[in-house]
Amino acid sequence: MAELLPFTRASVIQLSSSLNEPEWMLALRLNAWEIYASLPVPTTRDEAWRRTDIRRFKLDSFGISLNGTGASSVEVPNHLGAQLTDDAAGGVLVEVDGVVKEYTLSDELRAQGVIFCDMHTAVREHGDLVRKNFMTEAVRPDEGKFAALHGAFWRGGVFLYVPRGVKASAPLHSALWALHGRTFTHTLVVLDANSEATFMDEYASPAKGEGQALHNGAIELIVRDGASLHYASLQDFGSNVWQFNHECGRVGKDGKLDWITSVMGTRLTKAFQTSQLDAPGAWARMSGIFFTNGRQHVDLDTQQNHNAADTTSDLLYKGALRDQSRSVWQGMIKALPDSQRIDGFQANRNLMLDRTARADSIPGLEIQADDVRCTHASTVGKLDEEEIFYLMSRGIPRNDAVRMVIQGFFDPVMQRIPFEGVRNRIFGRILEKIG
Amino acid sequence: MTVALDINNLHVNIGENRILKGIDLTVREGEIHALMGPNGSGKSTLAYSLAGHPNYEPVAGNVTYDGVNLLDLEADERSRLGLFLAFQYPVAVPGVTVAKFLRQAINARRKALNPEDAGMPIPQFRRLLREKMDALGIDQKFAGRYLNEGFSGGEKKRAEILQMAILQPKIAIMDETDSGLDIDALRIVAEGAVHLHDTNNMGVLVITHYQRILNYVQPDRVHIMLDGRIVESGGPELALHLEENGYDWLREKYGAAEVA
Repeated sequence: MAELLPFTRASVIQLSSSLNEPEWMLALRLNAWEIYASLPVPTTRDEAWRRTDIRRFKLDSFGISLNGTGASSVEVPNHLGAQLTDDAAGGVLVEVDGVVKEYTLSDELRAQGVIFCDMHTAVREHGDLVRKNFMTEAVRPDEGKFAALHGAFWRGGVFLYVPRGVKASAPLHSALWALHGRTFTHTLVVLDANSEATFMDEYASPAKGEGQALHNGAIELIVRDGASLHYASLQDFGSNVWQFNHECGRVGKDGKLDWITSVMGTRLTKAFQTSQLDAPGAWARMSGIFFTNGRQHVDLDTQQNHNAADTTSDLLYKGALRDQSRSVWQGMIKALPDSQRIDGFQANRNLMLDRTARADSIPGLEIQADDVRCTHASTVGKLDEEEIFYLMSRGIPRNDAVRMVIQGFFDPVMQRIPFEGVRNRIFGRILEKIG
Repeated sequence: MTVALDINNLHVNIGENRILKGIDLTVREGEIHALMGPNGSGKSTLAYSLAGHPNYEPVAGNVTYDGVNLLDLEADERSRLGLFLAFQYPVAVPGVTVAKFLRQAINARRKALNPEDAGMPIPQFRRLLREKMDALGIDQKFAGRYLNEGFSGGEKKRAEILQMAILQPKIAIMDETDSGLDIDALRIVAEGAVHLHDTNNMGVLVITHYQRILNYVQPDRVHIMLDGRIVESGGPELALHLEENGYDWLREKYGAAEVA
C-alpha cells in the first residue's frame, strides 16, 4: 500500500512533480490549494448544505498517494467497460484509482481528429486545449471547499475533444474503478463548434469497502456553438464512499447538451450540477435517476442558468427510496434580465418504498426576465396499491407487479438513454436494490 | 369437467361497513349471467371481492372456483386459475406499455405451469397481439402506449377486452363494460366477449344497468341485486322488465331504503 500524503501545500507540489506536470498546471493546483485552505468545511449552516450533514465524515483522515496502486495487477469487474452501446464503442478507457488499466481508440476516431485519453496524457500532449478549458469556465475551484480540494489534488479521469464539424463515428466509454477509497477524477469534454459525440462515463468501486472512502470528482462538459453532446454518467460506488462532486455543462449558441445522471451507490453523495446556457438557441436536458437504500443520503443540487435569450432547459429527476435512506433535490432555474423567450422546466418525482425513507424536493425559480415560460413540479408519493392490484388481477405475482410499477416510474427518464445496454445495466441495479 | 364459480352466502365488508349480505350465485363455464341492480346495491363490490382486491374483506360464506377455495388465494392466483375481471375503471400504470404488460401476464401463466419456462418467444407474442388487436379494431400503435394512461373511456374498455382475449379466461366478470361506450364501441366490445364465449365456452357474469349490452351478450339468467343481496333471479325477460319498470317495484317489494 502506497504512502499517504496529507492534504498540504507540499503534497500538491509533490503530486504535480510526480506527474511531470507543466508549470501552468502546478499553478492551477496551488491556486486551488490556497482557496481550499481559506475555506471552512461546509456545515448545515450553509444554505447549500442545510440538509446534508457531513460531520461524521473525517476529511482530515484522507490524503493522496503518489504512485497509484499498481493498476496492472488489479482485477476490474468484467461488467465495467463491457460494451454498453449498440455499436461497438469507438474508444474505451478503464482506470483504477486514476491510473490507466485499459485503453483503446478506434483508427476511425483517430483519423477524425477525436482526442480521447486519460487526463494526464491530455495535460502533457494537448496542453493548450486542456489549459484553455480545464477548470476555467465550467467548474471553478472557487465554487466551494470540495471544488477547491479537487483542483488541488485531482488525479485521473478522462479527456474528450471532438474537433470542429466532426461527428464522432462511434460512442466513447470510460469506466473509473476506485479500489483504495480516494479518487479525484476529472472528466473534461470539449465539443468544438458543430461537432457531435456520445459519451458514457462510469464510476464504481467494490460494493462493500472498508472504512470511509472519498470520491471528489469534477465533470466539465463544454459544448461550443452548434455542437451536440449526449453524456451519461453512471455512478455505482460502494456503500462506504462519500462523494462530493462539482459538475457543469456550458452550452454555446444552438448547442445541445443531453445529460443523464444515474446515482446508485455511495454512503453519501453531494453533487452540484449546473447547466449554463450561454447563447441564443442553447438547449440542455438534464435527466436524473437515483435509487437509495440502507442509510444512503443523496443530495443533488441542480441549476439551470439561462444566461441568454431564446434558451431552453428541461430537467427531470426521478428517485426511489428504501429503508432509512434520504434524498434531497434542490433545483434552481435562473434567468438574467435580458434572457427573454426562454423555456425552463424542472420536475423532481420521488417514490417512497418505505415509510422510514425521506425525500426533500425543493424547486426554485429566480427569473429576472418577463417573457419566459417556466414550470416546476415536485412530488413525493408511495407505490400505488391500485396499480399493483390491477397487474396482479392479470396473474402477475405481487413481487413482479411491484417491480413493474417501479420500472414504469423510471421509464420516462430511461427512455432518454439512447442505449438499451445502459438502460439494462441501470435497471438491473435497481432490481438488485429492490431485492 | 365444467368449471364453476360457486358463491355461497358471501358477506363482505369494506372497512366497518357490511356491503354484501349473503350472495348465492353459481356461474358455470359456457353460461351467461347478467347482474343488474341500482347504484350502491353491491355489484362492483361483488366483482372486486371475487377478483381479490385487498380492501374487500370477506367476513362470512365462501366462494369456490373449480372446487378450490377462492378466498384463500391472492388476486394473481385467482387470475391464473382462469378468472377474469374486466374493470369498470381500469387503472393507469404509467411507464408500463400495453405490450410489456400483456407479455408479463402471459409469461406469469406459463411460469406457474412450468417454473423452467423461459417465456413466450417474442415473435409468437407479437403475432398473437397483432391478431387479437386486429379482431378488436385496435390500432397497432396501441401496444406501445403506457397502460390505460391517457386512454379514452372507449380505449380503456377495448383494452380490457383485449386482455381478456389474450388471457382466455374460463369465467369472466364484466363490470359495467358498457358504460361510457358509444354504440359502435359497445358492439365491438360485446362481440369480443361473445366470441370468447362461443369459441372457448367462456362463462360470463355481465354487470350492467342497461339492456343494450344484453342484446349482444344474451344472458341465460338475469339476477337483480338490492342492498347487498340477490333478490330476484329469472330469465332474459327480467332484464326487459327492469328496462321498462325501473327498480321502484323492487324497493317496495323488499322494503329497501331509497338509494340515491
